[in-house]
Order: sequence, then structure tokens, then C-alpha cells
Amino acid sequence: MEFIAGEYEVVVIGAGHAGCEAALASARKNIKTVIFSINLDSVANMPCNPSIGGTAKGHLVREIDALGGEMGKIADKTLIQSKMLNRAKGPAVFSLRAQIDRREYQSEMKNVLEMQENLDLKQAEIIELITEDIGGRKKVTGVKTHTGTIYKCKAVIMTTGTYLKSKIIIGNISYSSGPDGLFPANKLSDSLKELNIDLLRFKTGTPARVNKRSIDFSKMEEQPGDDRIIPFSFENEEINIEQILCHLTYTNKKTHEVIRNNLHRSPLFGGLIEGIGPRYCPSIEDKVSRFKDKERHQIFIEPMGLKTQEMYLQGMSSSLPEDVQNEMIKTLPGLENVSVMRSAYAIEYDCIDPTQLKLTLELRNIDGLFSAGQINGSSGYEEAAAQGLIAGINAALKIKGEETITLDRSQAYIGVLIDDLVTKGTNEPYRMMTSRAEYRLLLRQDNADLRLTPLGYDKGLISEERYLKFKEKKRRIEEEISRLEKTVVPPKEKQIEYLKKMNSTPIKSGVKLKDLLKRPEISYDSLKEIDDNMPDLSFTIKEQVSVTVKYEGYIKRQMMQVGQFKKLEKKKLNKDINYEEIKGLRIEARQKLNKVKPESVGQASRISGVSPADISVLLIYLESLKKRGDL
Amino acid sequence: MIVEDTIAAVSTPHGTGGIGIIRISGDKSFEIAKTIFKGKNNFDKIKSHTINYGKIIDPVKEDTIDEVLLTKMKKPNTFTREDIIEINCHGGMVVLKKILDLVFKQGAKPAEPGEFTKRAFLNGRIDLSQAEAVIDVINSKTEESSKAAVNQLEGKLSFKLKNFRKKLIEMLAHIEVSIDYPEHDIEEITGKKIYEEIIIIKENLEEIIKNFERGRILREGIDAVIIGKPNVGKSSLLNELSGKSRAIVTDIPGTTRDILEEYVNINGVPVRIIDTAGIRETKDAVEIIGVEKAHRAVEEAELVIMMIDAKKGFTHEDSAILEKISSKKLIVLINKIDKVSEKDVNNIEKNLKEIKYIKTSLKEEIGIDKIGDMITKLFAKGEINLNNQILLTNIRHKSLIDKAISSIDDAMAAYKNKMPLDLMSIDIVSAADFLGEITGESVKDDVIHEIFSRFCLGK
Repeated sequence: MEFIAGEYEVVVIGAGHAGCEAALASARKNIKTVIFSINLDSVANMPCNPSIGGTAKGHLVREIDALGGEMGKIADKTLIQSKMLNRAKGPAVFSLRAQIDRREYQSEMKNVLEMQENLDLKQAEIIELITEDIGGRKKVTGVKTHTGTIYKCKAVIMTTGTYLKSKIIIGNISYSSGPDGLFPANKLSDSLKELNIDLLRFKTGTPARVNKRSIDFSKMEEQPGDDRIIPFSFENEEINIEQILCHLTYTNKKTHEVIRNNLHRSPLFGGLIEGIGPRYCPSIEDKVSRFKDKERHQIFIEPMGLKTQEMYLQGMSSSLPEDVQNEMIKTLPGLENVSVMRSAYAIEYDCIDPTQLKLTLELRNIDGLFSAGQINGSSGYEEAAAQGLIAGINAALKIKGEETITLDRSQAYIGVLIDDLVTKGTNEPYRMMTSRAEYRLLLRQDNADLRLTPLGYDKGLISEERYLKFKEKKRRIEEEISRLEKTVVPPKEKQIEYLKKMNSTPIKSGVKLKDLLKRPEISYDSLKEIDDNMPDLSFTIKEQVSVTVKYEGYIKRQMMQVGQFKKLEKKKLNKDINYEEIKGLRIEARQKLNKVKPESVGQASRISGVSPADISVLLIYLESLKKRGDL
Repeated sequence: MIVEDTIAAVSTPHGTGGIGIIRISGDKSFEIAKTIFKGKNNFDKIKSHTINYGKIIDPVKEDTIDEVLLTKMKKPNTFTREDIIEINCHGGMVVLKKILDLVFKQGAKPAEPGEFTKRAFLNGRIDLSQAEAVIDVINSKTEESSKAAVNQLEGKLSFKLKNFRKKLIEMLAHIEVSIDYPEHDIEEITGKKIYEEIIIIKENLEEIIKNFERGRILREGIDAVIIGKPNVGKSSLLNELSGKSRAIVTDIPGTTRDILEEYVNINGVPVRIIDTAGIRETKDAVEIIGVEKAHRAVEEAELVIMMIDAKKGFTHEDSAILEKISSKKLIVLINKIDKVSEKDVNNIEKNLKEIKYIKTSLKEEIGIDKIGDMITKLFAKGEINLNNQILLTNIRHKSLIDKAISSIDDAMAAYKNKMPLDLMSIDIVSAADFLGEITGESVKDDVIHEIFSRFCLGK
């Protein structure tokens, strides 16, 4: 029976990583918010790898934290191993990754949601979006649950992950199900189709989980964490915990033989899978058949948590039948007697074509309807959380009648992520990578707070206390850089000795400390020997000072590029422009521009199929409008 | 693209007397002019909108390139409403190119098609009613220059550039994959290895630039093609023209087996002459290829020189050829007139109504000087245009290759300064981007594609 159960300002559909951030951001902005989950025991679940961060993804977590999101804080609380990857490869690509106790993470996040003012949690499947036509435009005004209950609202954020019409595939077996044995959401897709939203069908997969007691670790390589744990959250100074070990083993000839002999039983060959899978996350059978020369592939064994014996086999994602899976896993050194607890599977799901979105993550054609996470064609917990945060902030700002936010490509990985999805669309689940960011030297994980915390504060998600601390940190960084700039080191015995010891070119006249620090062989800490006035600074401040000084030239160059980039971003395009009517645009450009409806000339220039000449035409068109006084 | 850059281009149609104007527009134009122009007065003291005599001097090599008249025009009273410098040079095409090249080296960017007009409009110099005209200019010029670029790039140069770019992309993919997938057991790429590889690419690019400067690749002027039946004397004509003019003689080895091309200077007009295989109907496979190439050369040429063998008379094959090329600018040579009677020649002439023809005997050196005169006349009347676009795209290409080289230099310096891989990659991306601007490809998508096609990754 249908009945109206209540009214909220924001409804969030789905309590995964996107949904949690969206709901928290909205509620923290004093917006009355409700979050729905098909099963409240699955809040913030990690149905795939039990880890957060990694290359580019670690950057996203840092940015989420800098804007006042939750993921980094809970990861810090529940991590069981931590590593800073890429230490040798340059400051821009240092990447933080942590193994997470999955259940702990879930219950911590659930508790944060439960404790949050203005936020209600409800277990229900949302099966329909209710809309009204207001002034010729569709506006979302409510949602309906599977029991017919209606909640009225002003905005909806869809964060449905991989649940829309999801189908699990193992070999020739396939059935309707969400991940981890949870119920799928089979009805919402149809409601979206009725609203003329274009859907895509994507596929992803996960490897098997096995019992730790059945593993012989003596045949594997140990993979320990770092000695010093660097926290994700800028609010945490240090984390001292006993870290667990991960392990590494390899596939071999035997494994590949088993796979090859059974390739014909893969659902990919039988046509059972129609969804498009990601290139960066191929199944083991994919790897073996595509890279025939490779004699072995790495398999990492990662614990799912402290209070469980379940282990995750990273590198073994598969959709082969269960008997083949068992056989191939047993060929790995140390896994000869393995007991599989959950089989690997592929999962197919509906998502929306993200080019229907604005950069605020609101659908262009339906007022008040936002979407974030895997439903937008991305993949990964971090990518989801980042979008969730932005959608949550923007839904709240919209309801308050304030200006919404968009991050551009020079401000944050989050900006790159959303711009890529919305401007170019995607034909496979989209994963963040550092190579997607053209200004990555500026978008470092170490300076995410410097880039984004003022915005987080401005939008009310960063506390006064944290902001003051942040400003103090910033001041000390600037002060120290200017001190290094002003301090001149004389060519005296002590200094000459020091340089000799550091294998550095001797100095003949006075040299600025800053110039010494620029030398690759000189570290900030080592300067203490010749720098009597060196202040006692925290690790993060020293790191910031050192990176800023050492890579000054490169940073300046990228800043100049950003300056150029911003000029076109600032030229805004009205969403009501009908590009069919602009003379001089090529036909392909007209169609693409009408499809994406870019928000700036800069965004238009990134649409594939729009040429530099088309951009010139657009600039002239804008100028004509201005002269006519239409703008 | 970006309105605020300083841009430069040759802004007059090139040609007849080799007089040309280089126009520079943008914030940096005065700064640029100051570094290369030496006049009687201090540059800063030159008044706006005055014409000044002086010399263009290469600030690095310190040699004088040309005596010029320079006009300095301060904004906003200029065509683009930006600071403008116009340099009037007298030294002909080569000098014009040299100066433009110098201007690019000092930081100006090659102007996009129609860009001066576009700026004039965007800065409010041209009124609204002209907006559509501006768009038309941009589109037509873009089409023209991209056509030129394609002409230019078909062949060896394009192949080479694409190949170097591909190597850079492979390196980038390798760097990126080791960054984005740090724990995968892929062969570790080192700064040293990259350093060694980019040195080779750099040397190759420098070789291309040298060739540009030597004028081997720089194709300029008009494209002319010589056609006719086998043994009519095509090769002799080519030798005759190139021998007399002592022009920069270049064959581009390996491009074709059966088309020879030479650059000749006919009365000051640079002409690229292509000697084709004889055009006739044939079933021989090898010859068919040659004939097809000849047909294509004719299609692309602006001037066709057709030779008729007086000894054989006007055959129906000749008539078929004439029909095919009816839309082309054409000069017909009736060759070997020393071997036949006047009446035979008249019989041929009857078939050439309204067609410009010359009676020649290459062997006896009869009528050869008239060929040059006729080409010059056609040109002077504006019936043939100098191939400006090709010249311009050429300069643009050279400037982009120069930039790619300097990016590689930066990457090499980064390695020597022990900068991490990530920073080296910034310069390699720029190098690949510059080459990509020539070949029309974008780096980022390519790298990501390369990562997934070459490396085995995944969870």
C-alpha cells in the first residue's frame, strides 16, 4: 500500500562509499537527510579488495579528507598495514595505500552515520523516483520504496554502486544478485529509463577468498608495511599499530595450462557476459590469454581483517567455473591445500552514461537528481567516495540556494575524475590514474590540504579548529621557505666539510640555504649540521618545504600552464545554447556539443570531435552575443 | 588557440619580388622585436606608427640577416588592438623564413589560420556584421592548411615523426605503468635508459631540422609536373631546367622509384618540378604503379607541363591526356621540332586551340628560355599561386620540432640533475605533444592505451 511516510530535503540511495560521503556532507550542512540501503549490515562494504588508496586513489582519499570527507579518517582508524608507494619516483606520485580491516571499517562508518545530526538511516530498496514537471522541466520530488512507502524530498543522490539489475556470473552459472550475496536492485533502472536517462551496462569482477589456515606462507614472499605509518587524514599526526603482513606468490606453467585448457568454459567466450569490463582489471584468464609470453603473474595474499581468517587473492580475478577456479588456485605455491571460502565472480550492472551530468554531478535534464560513484561509470571505492562528497555538498548547496562547487583539472584529482567522466564519458569502468592528471606535480597527495581545505572550510565542512591549525601550518611552511631564501651559508670549514660528506660540489662564496636544498643530494634534515637556526618543524611541514624548494622550477612551469588552461575555463557557455544553430561549427562538433552541453569553452575543447577551429568559432560566437548584449 | 599568446606570420602573399611583411601581434611583440632589430635609435624610443630602417640580427649567431623597415604600432590603435610589429623585408623568401623563424625562437607562436582577423574581432576591432565572415575565414584557412599539412606529411617526414612520437609514447607508457602499478613485476625503467633513448630521438630530430635548413624538405613555390609519353624528352627537360638554374637540386631518395623531383628557380620563382613516368596504357604491373603515381602527381600539381613528340605527331593518347588535365594550368611543349617539317608542327598546333604552347628542341636548345617566361607570365597574372600554405605549414612544423628538441633537452637536464622519473616524464610529454601537434594526435589517451596494450596489469 502506498503512503507518504515523511519528508526529507535530501535522499541518498545506497550506503556504499559514495552514499556515505554524500549523506554525511549533506547532513553536516544542516540539511535533513536520509540514506537508504538494501541491507544496513552492508554499509560501506568493500566487496572487492580490502584496501584503500594506492596510486592516484591515495590522492583522492587525501583530497576527500582535505574537503572534510570521512573516508581518510575511518581508514586511519581501521588500517592494519600501510605503505607509501612510489617513494623513489618523484614527489607527485608518492601514493599512500593501506590494508583495511573490512568489518571494522564498515562498523566505524555506520556508527559515524548513526551519530550524525540531521541524518537518518533506513533499510529499504528504492524502486522509483517521483518527479513533477515544474515550468517545463522535470524535477525530482520523492522516492518510493519496495513496500510502497513514499518519502518526499527536494533532491536525490543516486549512489547505487553495482546493484542496478546486477547479475553474478561464475562459469556457465549466472543469477540475479548483488555483490557478497546481497539483494540486487532490480526495479530502479526501469524508473530511470522512464525518465529518459541513458543507461550503460558494465562489468567488473573479484577474486576468490580463501581460509588463512589452509595457506602455507613459508612458500611465499613476505610483504611488510612501512616502518613509519603516514596517516591519510590531515587531522592525524601519527598512527602506531602492530601491522600485519601480506604475502606474494606467483602463478606458473601449471596454472596457465589449467586456464588454457578451460578457456572455452569462460562466460566471456560463451556470450553470457554482455557488460564491458575494465582494461586495468583483467581476469587471470584474460591475462594468460592476452600476454602469452609472460611466464608468471603475481598473486598477493591480503587479509580481510583481524578477526577473520578470510584472505583475498589479489591478481586472481576470474569468471571461470568453480571447478576450474579450485584447480588453478591449487597450482600456486603455498595454496596447494587451499580451502576456498568464496569463489571469484564477475558482476554485471546498469550504470548511467555520465555525459548526461553537469560538473556538479546533477543530471542536466532532471532538476535535483544527482548521481555519484559506480553508477556514473567509475570503479573503485575512492573514486566513488570522491564523487559522493561532491554530489552531497552540491545537493545541499542547491537546496540552500547557494552557489554549487566544481573542482577543475588544475585543482584536484577529483576535478580530473569528474571532468573526464562528464566531458568524455567512458566505455569501461573508469579508474583514476596519475597519468590522467596533466598537472600532477601540483596535485600531490602531500599538499591536498593546501589546495582544498580553504574550500572545505568555506563550504562549512571543516571545523574552525581544524582550519586554524591548517592556517598555522601554512604560515610555518611559508615562513621557513622565506628563511631558507634569506639565510646565506658562508664557505667556512664546517660548511665545506659538510658538503664534502654529502658528496656535493664545494662552494667558494656564500650560498643561500635554499639553493643548497635544491641540490638533489642534500636533504632538508641533513642541513641541520650547518643551519644553527633551523626550527623544530613537524614531518609534514618539512616535507612541504623540501618539495616546494627542490622542484620549484617544475612547479612554476606547471603553474604557468595552469594559467593558460584557466583562461578558457573562465569563458562560460550557457547550457541553453543550441549548437545546431551556430554557423561555422562542423556537424560532428555540433552534435557532440549538444550532447555534452559543456559549461565552459575549456570543457568544450576537451570533447573528442571538437577541433581547435570549432573552438575559435565558439569564441567568436560568444563575442557576438556579448556585443549584442545577450550575455 | 589561446588569445593571449604573441603570434607571428608572414602576412603578405609571397612572391613576385620576394618582398614580404612579417606581422607580430601580442603582448610580447615589442620585446621580441627589440632582441632582433637594430636600428639607428634605441628600440624603446621608436615612436608608435613610424617606419624605421634597421637590420635584423640573429642575437645568438650575431650575424645580420637582412636590412628591413620596421613598423612599431602600439595598442589599441592597431588591426588586432594588440601591440603589433611589422617587418618589411626585401631579401626574398629564404630571408623571410629566416626572420620568421627567429621571431618564433624569441617566443612567438605561429599564428593559426585566420588568427589575426579573429583577434581583431575578439578585441572589438571589427564590428558584429563581420563575425560570420571571420568564421568563414577561419574555416576555409583551416581546411586549406590542413590540406597542405596532409600533402606535406604524406611520405617520409611524416613517417619519421610519427615513429619518434611513438617511441616517446612507449617510454611514457613505461614510466606511467611503473608509477601507476608500482607493485607489478614489470621490467623497471630507469632514468638512464630513457636518457639514452631520448638522445637518439633528439639527434634524429636535429637531422630533420638540418634538412629543413638546407632546403631539402622545405618545399616551396609552385608544384609543377612534367608529363608525356615515354621518350618524349621529359628527363632532358628536367635536366635542362635544373642545370641552367643551378638550383638546389634534390631528389628525395627512396620515396619513389619512378618519380623524380627537383627544385628549380625559374626567373626567381621557386618551382618544384616532378618528372613522371610516361603516361600510357599498360598492363605491366610495375609500370601501372608508375603511371598511377604520375596521375596522382598531376592531380596535386598546380602547373602541368605536357610534352608532345613532334616526330610522332598528335596522337589520340595525347588528346586523352589533354582531356584529363583540362582543369589544370597547362603549358604544352612541342618537342623535337628540329626533326620534323613545319607542316608536321602545324598539324599538331591545330589541335592546341586556346592552349599555350611552345615549340622546342631540347637537343638544339630551341625555345627553352620561353618556358621560363611563360611560367613567370602565368604567375604574374595570378593564374598560378605560390604554394604559400605549404611554406607556412613547413615553418610551423619546424618550429614545433624545435620545441620538441628543447623539451628533450630539458628531460636530459632533469636526468643529469638527478630528478626523479616523474619529472623527466613532464618534459617527455611536452616533446610528444609538440610532435603530436604536427601529426594531429593527443598524448594522454595514447599513453593510457599503450599502458593497457603493452603491460599485463590487474587485480
